[in-house]
Amino acid sequence: MQQDLVHAIKSNPKYHELVSKRSRFAWIMSVVMLVIYYAFILTIAFDKPFMATPLWSGSVTTVGIPIGIGVIISAFILTGIYIRRANAVFDKLNREIKEEVL
Amino acid sequence: MSFWKRAFPTLLLMLVAGSALAAGGDLGAVKKAEVNIPAIVMFLVFVAATLGITYWAAQRTKTAKDFYAAGGGITGFQNGLAIAGDYMSAASFLGISGLVFLNGYDGVIFSVGWLVGWPIIMFLIAEQLRNLGKYTYADIVAYRFERVPMRTLAATAALIVVILYLIGQMVGAGKLIQVLFGLDYTYAVIIVGILIILYVTFGGMLATTWVQIIKACLLLAGATIIAFGALYLASDGSMSPERMFAKAVEARKGDLSIMGPGKLVSDPIEAISLGLALMFGTAGLPHILMRFFTVSNAIEARKSVFYATGWIGYFYILTFLMGFGAIVLLTGHPEFADPSAVGGIKGGQNMAAVNLSAAVGGNLLLGFISAVAFATILAVVSGLTLAGASAISHDLYANVFAHGNVDEQQEVRVSKMATVVLGIIAILLGIAFEKQNIAYLVALTFSVAASANFPILLMSIYYGKMTTRGALIGGWLGLISATVLVIVGPTVWKEILQLGDPLFGYKYPAFISMTIAFLGIWIGSIMDNSERAKKEHEAFIAQDVRCQTGIGAEGAASH
Repeated sequence: MQQDLVHAIKSNPKYHELVSKRSRFAWIMSVVMLVIYYAFILTIAFDKPFMATPLWSGSVTTVGIPIGIGVIISAFILTGIYIRRANAVFDKLNREIKEEVL
Repeated sequence: MSFWKRAFPTLLLMLVAGSALAAGGDLGAVKKAEVNIPAIVMFLVFVAATLGITYWAAQRTKTAKDFYAAGGGITGFQNGLAIAGDYMSAASFLGISGLVFLNGYDGVIFSVGWLVGWPIIMFLIAEQLRNLGKYTYADIVAYRFERVPMRTLAATAALIVVILYLIGQMVGAGKLIQVLFGLDYTYAVIIVGILIILYVTFGGMLATTWVQIIKACLLLAGATIIAFGALYLASDGSMSPERMFAKAVEARKGDLSIMGPGKLVSDPIEAISLGLALMFGTAGLPHILMRFFTVSNAIEARKSVFYATGWIGYFYILTFLMGFGAIVLLTGHPEFADPSAVGGIKGGQNMAAVNLSAAVGGNLLLGFISAVAFATILAVVSGLTLAGASAISHDLYANVFAHGNVDEQQEVRVSKMATVVLGIIAILLGIAFEKQNIAYLVALTFSVAASANFPILLMSIYYGKMTTRGALIGGWLGLISATVLVIVGPTVWKEILQLGDPLFGYKYPAFISMTIAFLGIWIGSIMDNSERAKKEHEAFIAQDVRCQTGIGAEGAASH
């Protein structure tokens, strides 16, 4: 890419808005996923009896089953949330930057 | 090219005839199943269809971009299915359902770990990969750094991961086919090897992707039928999971431990380390990273991850249902029993899903699932072989030996030769490792991917002060420490080499080797005051602009 184009983009305030918004959002979402996952795996490591508690009195289904499936579904939902915001906010900013500099 | 085109139909005929012959002959040996006619018919239909696709793809595969990246014309939805297909390997289809069948809840822990890597890939690297890369992930780590050493490192790490992964798949393929089709192990491995060479050399990424997509659809359909069929039968027609779990506990003579976590994760450090290897190892697998270059832009790359996460998550929930369904429907049924095998069922625990298909849908469903399981291996091995061949041709040959002065046709020719060589290596390794314990390969593959590939990939995107020296120090240290720690760890040192207590107490060394890699990159970079380092800091600005906006990206839409 030519240097002047890089500078034009770099000095565009919308570029900074895009970078800071997207990076912040991406790292927050990553941390959320990590926290969910490590909460799950560390509960398994430290408190097995809790995961094996019956879901309701007399049930065979344990608390661990909806939690495990919940982690799987949360991964899908988090990617969905990211896509929504990326389509609505980041892509729009990106388009505007391209229109202004190209 | 014309040679390939002329040779293709002949090879196709030879192969179909050869596999039919091999299936008919040599059925006397022990431990092989009776010939399952529906399975063989459906398998041959699949092979014929995929070879048809390969022929179609061969006529559309002309340039290097076609060969490595399917011309960049795969949509996000299709790519999501293909990625999910790479993930739904025979190891996860048969392995996880078998693990649930054997240990109940513990089987879920692996699947959750593999899945949660996906959102992280999406948030931190998917779009950036598409914006910076061309054909292989080495394109990104060599973007602003010195080409020769960085490509060498990236290609070495990629090849190690590909070959380790290949061994597991080939051995799995051989054993699976032996059990399912009553075919000799060696023949089975050779047939797989020949088929993948055909798919990849003739059809490149386009054929590899479509084989993967078709297989993903077949596998999702098959797994859905078995899982819900099993739930229906195991819950006496009520479709209530609670009823199925209750009957599973009953089948295990009141053993409630299958409903909660067991022995798999006991030590918190092992838990953290396993999690790191599964999550970030995924983000360092070359055959998965390569899929991000087959879509036209970052938006499609993002969509692929969304669809892939959905399909993979759904698939893992199915394997969970299958495992519990198998406990109910296989335990205590003499037609599936084999007291000498692991788990007490025919073919051992890994055949739980296959036996279950017979319990749910009789011989026809068994045949379908057997064919799909074989197709799964073919598709995954093709993707791996293509990734390995690209590392050889695009990174080592074109960029290291020829210093970038090579024409496209020559590079594609080299990658086709590399494919043939890798296919032969895969066959030989498959035969050599037939009777070996390969359990450690999973730990090793994911630890190397998480410790060598992932750190330099992530840091080259986000760390502007990284230099070639830092990347090389961190990358090599990560690669070496992960390998050494797996060798002196419990699986290899104690169980395989039987040298007594392991020198390193954890099966998954990722928590140490990843830390070493990141520290190596950081310290190596801040200590680097060379002229080259200054240029690399400056080059980060341009890289970051392209990475963030996609302006200047390969195959980006023109405005």
